[in-house]
Amino acid sequence: MDIAVLLFLTSGLFLGWSLGANDAANVFGTAVGSGVVRFRTAALITGVFVILGAVISGSGTTQTLGDLGSVNALPGAFTAAAAAGFTVYWMTRAGVPVSTTQAIVGAIIGWNLFSQSVTDTRVLFKIVGTWMICPVLAGLIAAALLHLLAVFLKTRSIHLLRLDAYTRLALIVVGAFGAYSLGANNIANVVGVFVPVSPFTDFRIGGFFNFTSVQQLFLLGGLAIAIGVFTYSKKVMLTVGAEILPLSPLAAWVAVLAHSIVLFVFASQGLEHLLAQAGLPTIPLVPVSSSQAVVGAVVGIGLLKRGRTIQWPLLAHIGAGWVATPIAAAAICFLSLFVLQNVFDQRVYRPVSYELTPRVMARLEAEGFPIEGIANLKGREFESARSIAGSLSERIPLTPEMRSQALTYAEVFHTSFFPIRLASMAPEELSPQQLAALRQLSGRSYRHKWQVADALAQRAPEWRLRPDTTVNKLHNRRIQRQLEFVYRTFGVGG
Amino acid sequence: MAMPGRLNLFGRSRHIEREIEEFLDGVSEAGLIFQRAVRTYLSEGPSQDFRDDLDEVSRLETRGDQIRRRVEAELYEHTLIPDLRADVLRLLEDTDWLLGIFQANCYHFVIERPDIPKEFHRDFIELTETVVTCVDSLVMAARAFFRNIGAVRDHNHKVIFYETEADMISTRLKTAIFGSDLPLERKIHLRYFVERIDDSANAAEDVADELAIYTIKRSL
Repeated sequence: MDIAVLLFLTSGLFLGWSLGANDAANVFGTAVGSGVVRFRTAALITGVFVILGAVISGSGTTQTLGDLGSVNALPGAFTAAAAAGFTVYWMTRAGVPVSTTQAIVGAIIGWNLFSQSVTDTRVLFKIVGTWMICPVLAGLIAAALLHLLAVFLKTRSIHLLRLDAYTRLALIVVGAFGAYSLGANNIANVVGVFVPVSPFTDFRIGGFFNFTSVQQLFLLGGLAIAIGVFTYSKKVMLTVGAEILPLSPLAAWVAVLAHSIVLFVFASQGLEHLLAQAGLPTIPLVPVSSSQAVVGAVVGIGLLKRGRTIQWPLLAHIGAGWVATPIAAAAICFLSLFVLQNVFDQRVYRPVSYELTPRVMARLEAEGFPIEGIANLKGREFESARSIAGSLSERIPLTPEMRSQALTYAEVFHTSFFPIRLASMAPEELSPQQLAALRQLSGRSYRHKWQVADALAQRAPEWRLRPDTTVNKLHNRRIQRQLEFVYRTFGVGG
Repeated sequence: MAMPGRLNLFGRSRHIEREIEEFLDGVSEAGLIFQRAVRTYLSEGPSQDFRDDLDEVSRLETRGDQIRRRVEAELYEHTLIPDLRADVLRLLEDTDWLLGIFQANCYHFVIERPDIPKEFHRDFIELTETVVTCVDSLVMAARAFFRNIGAVRDHNHKVIFYETEADMISTRLKTAIFGSDLPLERKIHLRYFVERIDDSANAAEDVADELAIYTIKRSL
């Protein structure tokens, strides 16, 4: 691997290190601070489970960040992660509560602005809405759990010493769960921006386990988090245990469990699958702030225990972070991209062009797009997402859905299915029918991604997307992932 | 019972639980022996039976000290119940102090040999019984603190009730003593013993008050 590639990954690894140093305290802070669990035990459990969570369940939230903005050049990803890391460092020093999640979202928006990409406002609102729901949900879960625990303990006469032993064990178990959830939910913050430009390639371990390039990236990010836990989190844990969370070990267990459930719920594709199968609305997979989840849980416990009123200054402080952090990160990212591009001559984004060819127009019309209003744009090329979105919105009222649709169909992405490459490939994640359909494209070239998807769907039902419903969400996501693999493999130019 | 070398988490917890139970058994037992010793003293004076009871109370007091120190060391050494450790140790120390009062009272009977007229015997016995019941209620409250905090309040209520009873009996007894024809020095001597016996109930009430605070802290 090129040394420059590793150098570009360092900003993500730094983000991972700082996440490990700070957020591990949310999982084991009270337990270590109060002496219930030794730091080495806590660090070992956190390190192992953060990595497991990241590698096994980290892809859900990463996809959401990818939907917000797909950083398509390694120096751009480096800059976005570095801007997020610097924002977290700078704002923490300024005493503003920040989270890596909010910083990376801001940085991605900064990259979108610089690269003239369009930020999908639906995704942005989904992410911001989740940030607001996260502490509230953690508070509600914590209050409910505490109430249930109190009822349970009333019915059992457990000796104080025995209860202490159970609590220790429970803190370790829930700490492992918390670390897993932290890895699953927050790995997107650490290396999510590098996923579209991952320098790794898939390989098989022992002939049965396919270790994807994304999982390798997550493993690297997970290791960075684990190193952060081992090298710097002790100090933070002791501070959290002694000052910020003056809870009894049992109440701390409730807080950590509530925090972990929230992080898990917003990261679990398995849960999403279960809900989808039951025909229930699914929960958005969004990276959320671990610290704010814990604060929400503690406030929930406080409200239930002592009937305290809501601490508005604290909430206002958190709210200020929601606004200030992304704006600061976006500004820093934009300026850094400018410097990197113009001073260091680095390509921080791969330009994406758009074209409203007759085929694209026909396709848009078939999808119900009001084509008559934009008929005079037929055949025109656009050098960026912003320019085509601007031209369209000047002529017709453009909803976020319509804009997304137009960008998807008009994006120019050349693919050529070279026979040699087709013959040599045997991707594990494609079914034999899918592979056969792919091989039928030998020698053909396409101008748009959707044309490839259509061609494959015509040749094999296994490539067909289903109607966009909750139940079909997972099937469609899998097909999309496979199509991305095809685009990556056979894309030319750019 | 010495602490075995290495125990797992649950084994250690069970061991300390047993130690604490044994300690509280000792306090309760010392109260019953003290009660028997006072009856013996009133009927026979500082006889061999009385001295045997004194020795038994002393043995329980020494044993209580040993257990308390072991539990203290265990709790700190293994950072058990970090949030409530100080409260538990204070509770054990204060309860151990009650054992000390029983022992000291027995010694005072032997050393000072108060001459208690027969007409006051019934009140002395009643006062001792009430005081011992008061301490016993405190022991039950302490047990409840470890196992069933919902019951602490009920037992604490009894401690307060018996302490008030003991105050009423001691006031009645002191009034009767000072209203009698005994010489003043004997009256003062007897009052001293009434107050020493009553002290156990007062101390039990103080411990119950603190226990109420510990219980609030222990609740979720």
